[in-house]
Amino acid sequence: MTIWIDAIIQGVLVGGLYALFAMGLSLMFGIMRLVNVAHGDLVILMSFIGLMVVEGLGLQPFAAMAVVVPIALCMGYALQRGVLNHTISKDPLRSLIVTFGISIVIQNLLLAFHSADTRAIHSAGLESQSLPIAENLAVGVLPVIMFATAVMLTAGLQWLFGSTRIGRAFRATSDDDGAAALMGINNAHIYALATAIAIGILGVAGVFHGMRTTFAPTDGPALLIYAFQAVIIGGMGSFWGTLAGGVLLGIAQAIGARIDPGWGVLAGHLMFVAVLLFKPNGFFPKTR
Amino acid sequence: MSTTMGVTAAASARPGDGGHVVERSTRAGIATMVFFAVSLGFSVSMPFWADAIYLRWLSELACYFVMAQMWNLLGGYGGLVSIGQQAYIGIGGYALIVLANMAGINPFAAVLLCGVAAAVAAMPISRIVFRLHGPTFAIGTWAVAEILRLLVANTTVLGGGSGTSLLALRGFDRATREAITFWVSIGASYGSVLLVYLLLRSKFGLALTAIRDSELASRSQGIDVGRTKFLVYVISAFGFGIAGAIYFLGTLRISPDAAFGVSWSPLIIFMVIIGGVGTIAGPLFGAVLFFALSKVFEDFGSWYLTALGLLAIVVTIWFPKGIFGFIEDRYDLRLFPVQRRLRVRSTP
Repeated sequence: MTIWIDAIIQGVLVGGLYALFAMGLSLMFGIMRLVNVAHGDLVILMSFIGLMVVEGLGLQPFAAMAVVVPIALCMGYALQRGVLNHTISKDPLRSLIVTFGISIVIQNLLLAFHSADTRAIHSAGLESQSLPIAENLAVGVLPVIMFATAVMLTAGLQWLFGSTRIGRAFRATSDDDGAAALMGINNAHIYALATAIAIGILGVAGVFHGMRTTFAPTDGPALLIYAFQAVIIGGMGSFWGTLAGGVLLGIAQAIGARIDPGWGVLAGHLMFVAVLLFKPNGFFPKTR
Repeated sequence: MSTTMGVTAAASARPGDGGHVVERSTRAGIATMVFFAVSLGFSVSMPFWADAIYLRWLSELACYFVMAQMWNLLGGYGGLVSIGQQAYIGIGGYALIVLANMAGINPFAAVLLCGVAAAVAAMPISRIVFRLHGPTFAIGTWAVAEILRLLVANTTVLGGGSGTSLLALRGFDRATREAITFWVSIGASYGSVLLVYLLLRSKFGLALTAIRDSELASRSQGIDVGRTKFLVYVISAFGFGIAGAIYFLGTLRISPDAAFGVSWSPLIIFMVIIGGVGTIAGPLFGAVLFFALSKVFEDFGSWYLTALGLLAIVVTIWFPKGIFGFIEDRYDLRLFPVQRRLRVRSTP
């Protein structure tokens, strides 16, 4: 029995990290109907930037986030303003191809500069510390911190969206960009702010990812798929739904991996397919 | 785009009335057909005199022709942008292993069956991916290809993660094998172009492009949107299945990563985009360009791919019709006339 409880707990905690990957994807899709194919590659890019900051400046990983997140925010704003705003249209082709192109560029630049070796961000033993919670049951300190961060960021995003001026502008632009523009909202700026937040979150997620496991330049696509599945499983339109989707995906993978080590990721995929077939709007949809 | 306008035009303007004609063939189109017939004859004779390396190169290029045509049919004409068509390359390739290695069917004859296998697999898969729309459809197709990759990697009979070899070709001597592979791939590439051309000139093609331009408007005109999308998805899978089988006839070895790997997608999509999405000649042009560049720059590895990614971004934003679409518009050159275009005679 303990082994299954353990699997579920580990799954929930990993799900927090998946939710961190997925929030930005959910945010960008919600506001611009744009799916950023390069999302997973941006996670890996942030892991590499985190690694360079940790090794180059000799900072602790958490201190490194204070450097990585501002870089990510600026990168997101510039990416949207400079490139992605040119691709917004009803036809999904343009934004898909352009973000796909960005994905290929990031992967291959990382390969060219960092080689295909796997890397890790070392955090002075934090990655191996654990808290015992029962007999034969313990949780890692790092996964707990990641999960708590995911919960806080979800609450923060929901507050930003629901209770602030900028959140109102986000919602207005999402509902009707033409009308929003008539009310004096600068859509290009609003879109860029949304992407800045989305990529900014990846600054946190990327450093966590690098601390939790090893990473390599071509790992991004797999992370994009996890993030996408979390969004679909949770249901579009609410950040709590995305968090729940990440957690459910994490649980499915953890249970699958206990049944057969080759089936962990596959179990998550099968859950995604089942959700599409039987609950196509996800578990917690909130149609805006 | 212009096709939907063409529908109304064709309905209202009868040839000769008020100096308008509906144009369905062009002089360039006829020249293209002549060129195709001549080049087909030329290609078929190649195994009798050409060097083996050129046969191998052209077989590979022919696979890209098929894939580019089939992606363009789905994404460019049908508006169903997929990043997961490698699912059907993989199914085609592994179907070849099952049919030739295990069932003992002649590998060259099995190629067509591999296409059928991919088309059959596409039917239930379409139930899953059509739950998603627009950009989410694209990522959904990719997730499905990943699922298939993992399933095959976990299947020991198919060689698991490290893959397996096409042992059924042991009985053929090298020259025969390469010649037949070449003929099969040439046949598939001409066949794919002809198929797309005929489909687009038919009622089906008109419905397809109408749905791409406005799903709502086409539904209100009585087009069965669900059936049209389903059909184009299955046809595209069929083509990819054949291309996959032929590709692995050439390499003789298959593995889940090579067959279902996501590296296929940028290859095919960039060919179509850079060549000219939504035209028949564009993807062919893109495939030749891509193939030539890859042979020249293959030593540059990741820098070459970086440049290709940047080129795709630039073309998509500033030349959305691709290189060939740009030429078509600039010189009014229609090599494959699939549109109905209204011409106003200069003298009334």
